Amino acid sequence: MNAVELRELVPRALSVLVRRGADFATAEDAVQEALIRALAAWDDELPADPTGWLITVAWRAFLDMTRSDAARRDREVRFDTDPPADAIPNADDTLRLYFLCAHPDLTSSSAVALTLRAVGGLTTRQIAQAYLVPEATMAQRISRAKRVVAQAGVDRPGDTRTVMRVLYLVFNEGYSGDVDLAAEAIRLTRQLAALADDAEVHGLLALMLLHHARRASRTRTDGSIVPLADQDRGLWDTELIAEGVDIAHAALARDQLGEYQAQAAIAALHADAPRVEETDWVQIVEWYDELLRFADTPIVRLNRAVAVGEADGAPAGLAALAQVDERVPRHEAVAAYLHEKNGDLELAARLYAAAARNAPNLAERDHQTRQAARLNQHLQQHRT
Amino acid sequence: MAKYLLLKHYRGAPAPVNNVPMDQWTPDEVEAHIKFMNDFAGRLESSGEFIDGQALSPDGAWVRYDGEGRPPVTDGPFAETKDLIAGWMIIDVDSYERAVELAGELSAAPGANGEPIHEWLEVRPFLGAPSNFTH
Repeated sequence: MNAVELRELVPRALSVLVRRGADFATAEDAVQEALIRALAAWDDELPADPTGWLITVAWRAFLDMTRSDAARRDREVRFDTDPPADAIPNADDTLRLYFLCAHPDLTSSSAVALTLRAVGGLTTRQIAQAYLVPEATMAQRISRAKRVVAQAGVDRPGDTRTVMRVLYLVFNEGYSGDVDLAAEAIRLTRQLAALADDAEVHGLLALMLLHHARRASRTRTDGSIVPLADQDRGLWDTELIAEGVDIAHAALARDQLGEYQAQAAIAALHADAPRVEETDWVQIVEWYDELLRFADTPIVRLNRAVAVGEADGAPAGLAALAQVDERVPRHEAVAAYLHEKNGDLELAARLYAAAARNAPNLAERDHQTRQAARLNQHLQQHRT
Repeated sequence: MAKYLLLKHYRGAPAPVNNVPMDQWTPDEVEAHIKFMNDFAGRLESSGEFIDGQALSPDGAWVRYDGEGRPPVTDGPFAETKDLIAGWMIIDVDSYERAVELAGELSAAPGANGEPIHEWLEVRPFLGAPSNFTH
């Protein structure tokens, strides 16, 4: 059993302990303790019933923790010391764990951290490394989150929608460390899709798979960005694309459209084009119009303007861009692209330079600087 | 060992020798510069002297307390602010001389025409913890 398979068992064990009456915070610590012991013990020999083993060890750890707590308080505790008789994990309890960890009272960074630990089975150290924060800071964030959940959570936990937002963030903001957070987000979304019968969860899963499939082509080895149009489509993972497209189709067939399915449809249309010239931009614009019904944000409108520029030409794209709030991040980058396409290279070069100044990260800054330099070189060669 | 902050400025440092804005360089010159910066950080990591490096957006604001029960006052960013930090690198080195040597190497990053930029970098020692031998 590898570490990922082992971590699959974590939410099941935790949900059994909670169902058994253990308080969430202590139960979560107990399962982590059991997980660490399992990592050491299972190297030699895998138990016949790994889930049962984990639950039993976690339950004993919980009792130890409660007893030593109780001893400090000099109080009597009465807990059944036998392993729980109802030690069979059930799907509803596991789903409820997802809801608890995405509780609306939690800040998004806390919900992300708690989900990765309590549902994902990652250690605090792994989560801290992934988000580039000190381990002590992450430990505090997680224990505060558990206190919030313990106080407010049980009566009105989050719902599928809040869980999806958390998983979307995990996928989107994975940085570094020894854990692949994008893959982890996909794993957890797969689990959620199996637990919750919701077309949008399948839409989110499809969206993640379709983006993940292009990962190898999105950056060069030095970390620089490769725009969609320049990506080597031979590097795209065709199996993941096929799976993503299938899941998206099946979700859309249920006729319960939502923003994740609309985004997945757009991603599927990109993935479908063997060459960038074969992209069906007209349909992509139609899907952006659908997406606007669910999420009318400046970012969606900005991306739509790019698609309109490809479908109907640069002037139409610029007209669509004129309707977008100029303060939205990457506005200058899109304006530069559309003006270049429209033949106004001087303006485009200035806008690329502005886009570089206002870029939200170094990779994008470098990318926009390269674009400005490319156009300025071109302009200079044609002036002389 | 002692820690030093190498500070890079958008504004506020004396003008560099090779003072051409980056978007006016050729794409190859941009490439060479980015590679130099990546290699520099990588080299410090392998020598065990690198602590941290971050770049800052030129955006930002001034903020101050405005009294009990009031939200903080924000203002700016001010175009007239003389000093605008662009980013930093924190190094842990044996001596001040080594910190200066490294800042000098960083300042030699290539710019327009592939020539070193000669950018002025600020080298600032950290106030460290009191040492055990002194008390």
